[in-house]
Amino acid sequence: MIVRISGEDQYRLADEDAAKLNQLEDGVVAVVESGRADGFGDAYGALLEFVRTRGTPVAEDEIETSDVILPPSDLTFVEAGSEFTGEGLIPD
Amino acid sequence: MTAKKRLQMQESSLQQSVVKLDTQARQAVSSGHEDLARAALERKNVAQTELQSLDGQVAELEQQQQKLTDSEQKLRAKIEAFRTKKEVIKAQYSAAEAQVRISEAATGVGEQMADVGLAMQRAVDKTENMRARADAVQELEAAGTFDDLTALGPGEDDIDKQLKELSSKPAVDDELAKMKSEIGPGDAATAGQISPPSQAPPEGQQT
Repeated sequence: MIVRISGEDQYRLADEDAAKLNQLEDGVVAVVESGRADGFGDAYGALLEFVRTRGTPVAEDEIETSDVILPPSDLTFVEAGSEFTGEGLIPD
Repeated sequence: MTAKKRLQMQESSLQQSVVKLDTQARQAVSSGHEDLARAALERKNVAQTELQSLDGQVAELEQQQQKLTDSEQKLRAKIEAFRTKKEVIKAQYSAAEAQVRISEAATGVGEQMADVGLAMQRAVDKTENMRARADAVQELEAAGTFDDLTALGPGEDDIDKQLKELSSKPAVDDELAKMKSEIGPGDAATAGQISPPSQAPPEGQQT
């Protein structure tokens, strides 16, 4: 699957990593829904780091549409409230 | 004026205030005016805190500038790739099939374009926030917060009160104690260099 981190890059993730990605996102949703602002940075950071390290950047001259677009890394807890609820950005 | 330039100007003016207030505190200590020294250090503390926050903001702006430059670069590359791909598709497929494939590729470029737009919008929002903060600091400055302590009139009492609440007291206590140990206790009776706020300087006499 192709994942874009807004403001950064597009990454190509192997199918087996998609499950782990979903799991990490569920963690972010849980933090947001419980209102724990101090835990958000770590949870969202872990999600982005997973994409950056496990994914391969899509080449600049390759044109792909993303399956998932993740918000930028400087997303605030308040902004996250409108993005990470229910199923989150990645459909379960 | 660009946001960065404005922040930098404010930084240099705050730096001057820090130096000035430090000098005043030392003078006050050596002349035994502990209250005045404390007031100067409280102000210095506020100015330093502002300065640190400005440093962070300038760094953030620079980072943001770099990010926008990078994403502009990426968008250019995608558009270039799109042009090439379009020609290849046209040469390989029937008109109808080419149409479908080209519009698919256009969607991909559109996504990249939307992302640049979003990054720009965030940069604008952040700059606005910084501007609002810079305005607030400017108001503090205009209110005489970082001015010459000896030139303050009697109406400035409320500023002093607010500053005391703002500045962290232990830090001021520590610095005052340090200054006193460096300079040694002064003698208020013989002090002439600095005096508590009294009358306004004789201004506007030329009529």
